[in-house]
Amino acid sequence: MENSEIVTVKDLIKRYPIGKGEFTALNGIDLTFGTGEFAGIVGPSGSGKTTLLNIIGSLDIPTEGSVVVLGKSIRELNHKQAALLRRKHMGFIFQTFNLLPVYTVYENVEFPLLLLKLSAAEKKKAVMDSLEWLGLTDKMKSRPAQLSGGECQRVAIARAMVKKPELVLADEPTANLDSENSHHILQTMENLNKDLQTTFIFATHDDKVIKYLKRKILIEDGKVSADDVITN
Amino acid sequence: MIRFLFKGLLRDRNRSLLPILVVTAGVSLTVLLHCYITGVLGDMIEFSAKYTSGHVKIMTHAYAENKNQVPNDLALLEINDLISNLQIDYPTMEFVQRINFGGLLDTPDENGETKKQGIVAGIAVDLISENSEEIDRLNIRSSLRKGRLPEKPNEVLISDEFANKLEVKPGGTVTLITSTMYGGMSIQNFTVAGTIEFGVQMMDRSGMIADITGVQNAMDMNDACGEILGFLDSPNYDDIEAMNVENTFNDKYSDPNDEFSPVMTRLKNDSIMAGYFDYVDSFVGIIVAVFILAMSIVLWNTGLIGGLRRYGEVGVRLAIGEEKGHIYRSMIYEAILIGIVGSFFGTLIGLGFSYWIQEVGIDIGDMMKSSKMMIPSVFRANITTPAYYLGFIPGLFSVVLGTMLSGIGIYKRKTASLFKELET
Ligand SMILES: Nc1ncnc2c1ncn2[C@@H]1O[C@H](COP(=O)(O)OP(=O)(O)O)[C@@H](O)[C@H]1O
Ligand SMILES: [Mg+2]
Repeated sequence: MENSEIVTVKDLIKRYPIGKGEFTALNGIDLTFGTGEFAGIVGPSGSGKTTLLNIIGSLDIPTEGSVVVLGKSIRELNHKQAALLRRKHMGFIFQTFNLLPVYTVYENVEFPLLLLKLSAAEKKKAVMDSLEWLGLTDKMKSRPAQLSGGECQRVAIARAMVKKPELVLADEPTANLDSENSHHILQTMENLNKDLQTTFIFATHDDKVIKYLKRKILIEDGKVSADDVITN
Repeated sequence: MIRFLFKGLLRDRNRSLLPILVVTAGVSLTVLLHCYITGVLGDMIEFSAKYTSGHVKIMTHAYAENKNQVPNDLALLEINDLISNLQIDYPTMEFVQRINFGGLLDTPDENGETKKQGIVAGIAVDLISENSEEIDRLNIRSSLRKGRLPEKPNEVLISDEFANKLEVKPGGTVTLITSTMYGGMSIQNFTVAGTIEFGVQMMDRSGMIADITGVQNAMDMNDACGEILGFLDSPNYDDIEAMNVENTFNDKYSDPNDEFSPVMTRLKNDSIMAGYFDYVDSFVGIIVAVFILAMSIVLWNTGLIGGLRRYGEVGVRLAIGEEKGHIYRSMIYEAILIGIVGSFFGTLIGLGFSYWIQEVGIDIGDMMKSSKMMIPSVFRANITTPAYYLGFIPGLFSVVLGTMLSGIGIYKRKTASLFKELET
């Protein structure tokens, strides 16, 4: 199943300028992710998880080394090409959900499709499918303010999944959720991973998430200190 | 996408209604202020037209060159013929004779000796002819303090203060000592019909208004006068029309080689007024500029707050693969839309209020103790063509500028740090 590589990270170094000096957030990362993985980058706060995820997501660029995502080298992409890569192939899930308050659940989920050239019928089907996967069909006319935290994160997952991306990047998706909701959304993502072959990469330090991971990559001080495949 | 964003704009009142209200308020104030200032300054111009310059003014070349000295020896002659001709050439206009004169005013005691004396600054106008509009034009009736309006050519009005100084009451006699048009001495008795308040210090100290025929008799100026003022048929000074009259008149009647031939100048070419017109224009410009600036700051802040509130939206839009430039542009389009809608309603409201002030006027007469001849008591707005589009300048400019400035903050920021900020 995990035959083709979807993400290849080689000798990745990321430095941030601070004042006159520099701060090295990632210091030589080598990693590959195959299609269909359900992997997590795990580590204490400030260890560089978000930085790594953002670079994989083409939201940030490497200082040194190479990151190739779906055959595209992140360093060589301009703004437009990076936007295109995200538009076509990636879904994001944020800690703070980031739903748009003035739109309904349906519209929030539909949002990523607006940039893709789809017919109205195709759009509708994709949105309805995605809402069904996440069990949100009866909430589709609600506004985010009327939903619970768990429901909001499910909407955010539906939004990330609606275009059936190859790669979903989830940064601390459970940080604002209680344990019941955390388990619920992780089960959902696990099923999506199985059914749709979507690759999930998490950044988390939450044990509730770690329990579900099929691969656990520990980073400390900008370096990979362990990389375990979990079999059960 | 555009429809989607538009839907959001309509639903998010903080993004639509609030800025539209701010723009509407600012634009309506700009329009109102513009109309009001144009009106007030226009009133002042009109005021000056009525008292001194007319919409157009006819003098002899020689008189015009020395007009500060009021040289009545260089006065226009055969004016009755001239005015008859002018009424044929310009049937919608009104032409009136004026003589400005100076001299001494004397109050005699019972023996005919001088009791009191003062320097007089006089204006002779047609006070008595049945169809003369001068009494209304010069606001004489309502500024009368004592006595009544003149009914005979040898009856005059003098300022209330001057009358007290000369110790003369209505019905009393004053003697005007001045020179005739031909340089001889002129001594003529007048009856004081009443007193008036000019409202202008110089005139209150020594002002006198006399009937034109009485003064013509006294100064030996039969069929002559210093100036003929012409008034156009419109309530506000129309420079294009005035220029047209000026040109045709001078072509027909004026001979630059004959210093006693008549010459016409229009109000705007009157030396004092020329600067005034420039002043009006730059004043309006400054007002508009100040409003643009003030509104931009307010809307910039509204835009900034809006922009900050929309960090989440911007982040999501970047994440789903929308280009930064596209996001930025869509925000500008939104701003333009808001600017247009706000400016439209603002202009409508501004024009509405202006129309009201134009028709009804703001009467400060009640605030003043009494009406004075040379102080206008009703201010009116004047809606001119620029009022219809002027408000759109600050309206559009401020929202777009506000959005651009707040948008740059988002745009310039590294995509990644935007996401870091989203986390917290
Ligand atoms: N834009 C930035 N400028 C400077 N330092 C940064 C920036 N972003 C992150 N860092 C630093 O890099 C380190 C790793 O950050 P991050 O990837 O957010 O960690 P994590 O997600 O594991 O908590 C932290 O010490 C953080 O302070
Ligand atoms: Mg993080």
